[in-house]
Amino acid sequence: MFTSVMFASILPEILILILGMLLLIIEPFWKEEQRRNAGWLTAGGLFISILISVLFGQPGEPTATLGGMIRFDWLGFFFKMLFMFAGAATALLMMDSERLGQRGEAYLLLLASILGMDLMAVSSDLIMLFLAIETTSIPLYVLAGFILADDKSTEAGFKYLLFGILTTTIMLYGFSLVFGFAGTTDLYQLADMFQGGNMSLISAIGVLALILVGIGFKVSIVPFHFWAPDVYEGSPTPIAGFLSTASKAAGFAVLVRLFFVSFPAYAGSWTFALAILSAITMTVGNLLTLPQSNIKRLLAYSSVAHAGYAMIGVVAFNQLGAASVVFYLAAYIATNLLAFGIVMAYSRITGLEDIRDYAGMSRRNPILALMMLSAFLSLTGMPPFAGFVTKVVVFAAGIQAGYTWLVVLGIINSVIGAYYYLNVMKFVYLYRMPNEDEENHPVPLTRPYAIALGVLTIGVILIGTFFAPWFNWSDAAALNLF
Amino acid sequence: MNFPVLSIITFTPLVAALIMLMIPAHRKNEVRAIALISAIFALSLSAWVYFTYDQAAGGYQFIEKYDWLPALGINLYFGVDGMSTPLVLLTGVVMFTGVLISWGDDDKHVMSGIQDRPREFFAFLFILAWGVFGVFVSLDLFMLFFFYEIAVFPMYLLIVIWGWAVTREYAAMKLTLYLFIGSVISLVGVLAMYIVQYQNTGVLSFDMLHMEGAGFSQTFQNIWFLPVFLGFAVLGGIWPFHNWSPDGHVAAPTAVSMFHAGVLMKLGAFAALRVGIMLLPDGAKYWQWLIMFFAGVAVVYGAYIAFVQTDFKYMVGFSSVSHMGLVMLGFSTLNREGLLGSGLQMFSHGVMTALFFAVVGMIYDRAHTRQIPELGGMIKVMPFAAIGFIIGGLVSMGMPSFSGFVAEFPIFLGVWKEQWFVAVIASISIIITAAYILLNVRKVFFGQMPEKFEGHITNITAFDKVAITTLCLFMILLGIYPNFMVPMVDKGVENILRLLGGL
Repeated sequence: MFTSVMFASILPEILILILGMLLLIIEPFWKEEQRRNAGWLTAGGLFISILISVLFGQPGEPTATLGGMIRFDWLGFFFKMLFMFAGAATALLMMDSERLGQRGEAYLLLLASILGMDLMAVSSDLIMLFLAIETTSIPLYVLAGFILADDKSTEAGFKYLLFGILTTTIMLYGFSLVFGFAGTTDLYQLADMFQGGNMSLISAIGVLALILVGIGFKVSIVPFHFWAPDVYEGSPTPIAGFLSTASKAAGFAVLVRLFFVSFPAYAGSWTFALAILSAITMTVGNLLTLPQSNIKRLLAYSSVAHAGYAMIGVVAFNQLGAASVVFYLAAYIATNLLAFGIVMAYSRITGLEDIRDYAGMSRRNPILALMMLSAFLSLTGMPPFAGFVTKVVVFAAGIQAGYTWLVVLGIINSVIGAYYYLNVMKFVYLYRMPNEDEENHPVPLTRPYAIALGVLTIGVILIGTFFAPWFNWSDAAALNLF
Repeated sequence: MNFPVLSIITFTPLVAALIMLMIPAHRKNEVRAIALISAIFALSLSAWVYFTYDQAAGGYQFIEKYDWLPALGINLYFGVDGMSTPLVLLTGVVMFTGVLISWGDDDKHVMSGIQDRPREFFAFLFILAWGVFGVFVSLDLFMLFFFYEIAVFPMYLLIVIWGWAVTREYAAMKLTLYLFIGSVISLVGVLAMYIVQYQNTGVLSFDMLHMEGAGFSQTFQNIWFLPVFLGFAVLGGIWPFHNWSPDGHVAAPTAVSMFHAGVLMKLGAFAALRVGIMLLPDGAKYWQWLIMFFAGVAVVYGAYIAFVQTDFKYMVGFSSVSHMGLVMLGFSTLNREGLLGSGLQMFSHGVMTALFFAVVGMIYDRAHTRQIPELGGMIKVMPFAAIGFIIGGLVSMGMPSFSGFVAEFPIFLGVWKEQWFVAVIASISIIITAAYILLNVRKVFFGQMPEKFEGHITNITAFDKVAITTLCLFMILLGIYPNFMVPMVDKGVENILRLLGGL
């Protein structure tokens, strides 16, 4: 029986599927130079899908649908909307990317991975979860290595593939052990099984460690972060932006649902383990960012550090903590996409990606420089941008759970972050091009960039100032976990 | 609902900054005009607040409260009391004079004002002003912190882009990191207070008036008072965390130095008072001796270092450390006289140091040097600036009939009541201050003008004169008619004493 609730629970996925098929049908009719329009179609289609889903697909009481495979609740729904938003922005940013934006299949792969992410956020069964993770990853492997002519891109794709396969396999082994101990693959039944003591603490720690390898790869926490800088640097910039935001957030969506719902019985051990990992991730990520001279590598390492901050909310293991993770990720997606989008727009004209090459940017395009200022200050955690309020809420959750030392460490790391983010702004605003004729080297924005970057900037400022609705949605999502 | 004057004051600079950013970059005079108009608007509104504040009633007035994030107890909650009203006025004054000073002159020989990208300059400066107003009027701890951070980060860009080319990169980064570290350390304390008051009262709220009655235990206060107080006091330039401040002042362009020393350092002192002392009064009593020690050192040490400087701007910078030390010293007494003096000193020093930096900037723009031994005879070409500086100097030395006396006298009285020998030691600074002010006034403004300056140095502009007059006016007014401000600050002090348990 296919009921309306079932339909509503996968409404966004259905829409994405329709959009993908539409793309497949229309794209061959376009001439070579029109193929770029696939970006408009993808972005517009995702935007309409978001609208339709918000209007008709809002979840009510959390319910299990489709034979217990899908959990229809606010947590999943909010994440889905975030992924689709990130996808729409990425599609716009892809349009003027050389050797990527002209190819219809790139957009199709993007849609496929969004589909996978949507399912990651709502899966309530280990098998479904694994399928969703693979659906997400495989298109992304291809996208990362999309530009065959570029060795770096090929290397990125291959590296991502190898790391991805290795870690997912380890995670799959963990899943199979979970099934062996509990006799069920349903995330919500697992909790009851473990409450009854089906698994000793030692085996639980082992199993959780195995699962954490897979998720740690997705969210790129230390020590599973090695792939991130190379992959971000090598893959096409819009894809790097997508990997560092939506893909990471999808990992967190799985992490909170799996750990909060299925393993509360062992919360004492895994919160502590995650606290250690969070501490290491922040510190290592930030220290490795300091010497970077390539802007994409800088953003890559700093995104590792941001995974560490977000992890504080998971470690807190309370409602404020869960809400703060979701809230933090919403802000982080907008901010980091903006940062990568600016890098994309700038290096498209200049062809250069070193921090040095940003000298004179504020004279070449003052508006773009202001957007970059918003993005980097938001990453630093400065008001009135999104990064500030979300970071404060994460830290508040940490203190509420008694992890004051972790928060203090997070704060020290924020200061290190301030140093390297501001350093980039120094190049943008203070230094000049070698011959000081910035007026003759403007950096124009094409329309897709202008739209995507404009929307993202407004988003970053809106989340940072009028934060009530965003927090309330995050809070509603978090409520479903307890 | 009353007329929401405080939010209008607070958001005027932001709106002005956004409008300026929308104007094409080459239309510099339009940008300047908008800056000036909005500064005058903010100044007149803050003056209106100052003069309509009901001194007899006291307490928090012009209260506005809007729900912002009810789920976490964050409100947009504005109100001013006797302590913050003068500071709002001060911000208005410094903002107005800062715009005038930065207007600039098209004369190619005079590098005065801001000629390079004035649009961005005024926009960042006004975003800074937005944060400053916000801190002074916020009664919600989260919002106070929000605005506090907003007041910190534009400094980096303002110094690094428009600052003194020799040290700006170093100084700007140093300043930003110091202030950022300070503020995030207080943030931990603030969050701890938030969580503990939730555990104590069962209400999630950042409302500071609510937190006053949260019943923080003595142990909690002893642990958290120092991080919170010192974290904010870093911006107030307290010894031994004052190192960023002279470097920052010297590297900053004139208007930013004025803003920085005139208003921003008060921001730190004010937040340390409002959050540190008022919310953790028992912790304040416990650590009183340490704050008094730090402040006492700052007063004497700052004055001495100022005395030995040969760079005119460094001298003013270190004198700020010394004078802000007096504010902290007044806080550390925790008695009526000391706190009253601190409140007045914040205003008096703000106006005075803004004037100092303005005059130093005018001289540097024309002479292209700040080395005191190389200067001389400036009174001949810029008598107006010279007189302004001398008046500021008299304030700085604490001469009766100028605002400095009205402010410093109660501080020393309060310190004497608490620890007489601290007062004796701190009073050494008055002698040192008098010495360096008089010596440097003689060297810079009187005597023989070096030959290389003859004929090259022009008089200051009309805008500069208006700025100097405005600043002098307030110093003299407060000096000869202390009633202008004393009763108001006294009302604010009463509120603090109530929290301290009627010490």
